[in-house]
Amino acid sequence: MKEFRYVITDPVGIHARPAGLLVKQAAAVKSKVTISCNGKSADAKKLIMLMSLGVKQGMEVTCQIEGEDEDTAFDTLHSFFTENL
Amino acid sequence: MEKYTGKSVLRGIAIGRIYRYEKSDYQVVKTEISDAEAEKERLFNAVETAKKQLTALYEEALANVGEDHAMIFDVHKMLLEDEDYLDAAASVVLEGYNAEYAVETAGNQFAELFASMDDEYMKARAADIKDISARVIRILAGIPEDGIQTDEPVIVVADDLTPSETVKMDKNKILAFVTVRGSANSHTAILARSMNLPALVNTKMQLTDDINGKIGVVDGFDGEFLIEPEQAILDDKILLKNQWVADLEALEQLKGKDNVTGDGRRIDVFANIGKVNDVEAALEADAGGIGLFRSEFLYLGRDSFPTEEEQFASYKAVLEKMGDKKVVIRTLDIGADKKVDYFNLEAEENPALGFRAIRICLDRPEIFITQLRAIYRASAYGRAAIMFPMVVSTAEVKRIKEIVEQVKAELGVEGYPMKEVELGIMIETPAAAVISDELAKEVDFFSIGTNDLTQYTLAVDRQNQKLESTCDTHHPAVLRLIEMTVQNAHKAGIWAGICGELAADTLLTETFVNMGVDELSVSASSVLKVRKAVRDINA
Repeated sequence: MKEFRYVITDPVGIHARPAGLLVKQAAAVKSKVTISCNGKSADAKKLIMLMSLGVKQGMEVTCQIEGEDEDTAFDTLHSFFTENL
Repeated sequence: MEKYTGKSVLRGIAIGRIYRYEKSDYQVVKTEISDAEAEKERLFNAVETAKKQLTALYEEALANVGEDHAMIFDVHKMLLEDEDYLDAAASVVLEGYNAEYAVETAGNQFAELFASMDDEYMKARAADIKDISARVIRILAGIPEDGIQTDEPVIVVADDLTPSETVKMDKNKILAFVTVRGSANSHTAILARSMNLPALVNTKMQLTDDINGKIGVVDGFDGEFLIEPEQAILDDKILLKNQWVADLEALEQLKGKDNVTGDGRRIDVFANIGKVNDVEAALEADAGGIGLFRSEFLYLGRDSFPTEEEQFASYKAVLEKMGDKKVVIRTLDIGADKKVDYFNLEAEENPALGFRAIRICLDRPEIFITQLRAIYRASAYGRAAIMFPMVVSTAEVKRIKEIVEQVKAELGVEGYPMKEVELGIMIETPAAAVISDELAKEVDFFSIGTNDLTQYTLAVDRQNQKLESTCDTHHPAVLRLIEMTVQNAHKAGIWAGICGELAADTLLTETFVNMGVDELSVSASSVLKVRKAVRDINA
């Protein structure tokens, strides 16, 4: 399992549109991707649960990646976060 | 009588019965079903249909109102792809209940999840979940999209209207729109303008059921909405309305007619547009083409640059709608009074004399190239022309043409189909007018921007109310520069038009025809007025 922490800089947080993009990214990898924030966690492949975390600007999220392609998935998701969130 | 005021979107008057628009209240009935697998298939088929509708709405909105407003349909589609939502609905079906009930149950469950969050933005997402569920239920139950049910045309009064609602309304059944909320840029306003209907937005009125069927007056001249006015007031409004309608009808008679003077001289009358949706009004007004398509709408009101795809979709939509009629697209004219944060432009002492329009494009070619690529790709779908604003020298024009050639070569290698595109410049600085003989050798046409040309020639800020009397738009200096520009264009064998506010000034129509101006480009609402002025010459 690999994981990284990231502080959200997007002024609106993980709202609908970025959440949708994140789901598309997560769905494209084989590994299980879990986003945790404020003691709650959600499967990053599921839009509604991901949105329901209510992640806002300035909050720190943890992204856990577990599976056969976790090394490449880590890179993909990490760069997605830094570029979009 | 009740009276409300709002922001008027179109100068006109409508009188008729009030129709209070509300969303349909179809009640889902819970029934037991025998074949759960078949029901589940019915459910998933309806979801697929809903997703197709949303894709179509997204594309329509992307072309018409831009990505910001279109985004909601994309998000709705993604919500319909959510596994948890689909699983929740499917599990209700597998318990032996009908798909409508299953979707409603899943919708309520997830709407509740958002409604309970302590974040206003996320609370509002509950409405999105209900909206997508309602869409699927409508498809399952075979109910048409929300619309208005009436035999006679009515004044539609609503809290606010969503894009999909406005897009679906039967336009023959509407006299006017009145909304409680909404801005002059709301979907209702955009639609009203394109349909030439009076509309008031942001009236902040309380909506009650008893207004249904009452007589209402929407006065777009005064921005007033009257409910059951006294007879004397109603009579006045009827007179005003008849006058408005008579004027419109007189102009209506001119549709399909030539812009030709009594002694046989012709001039083109085109329309100015500022966004994709304005094309409808331009066509409705029988404009001969688009003489100025301002591209700023693509850049304003957002926080990042529009992509090539977004721009391409907008240009293509306009070109397709205009068919074989010419569309002159003006490249980015940001700066001066039109500020955009993400351009990160420095504050300037004299913005009108500063870093704007083509100056930005030549300094930051990556922005310019994206726009040119989008226009050239779209050129395959109609008759595109491009014009460049704020030119002062032939060196600028030569640089522009180099960049254009580079863009064309790259697109050619990438295999995009393209058509010939006329390249022209705005003549809006005294410098450009004075050297128009030189400039004419470099381009295919001139379009004279009289607003800036007047301001720069007279050294008068148009916005400064103290200078109103000095800002004489009929000043001989301005008119001589226009005449000189037209003569120089003709000497070089190219055409010259006028696209500023002066083009619609019917006191000058005869002057322009006498100068030999080839084209006047005016707002859609002025096209027929100018046609009338042309036809009245030596009639």
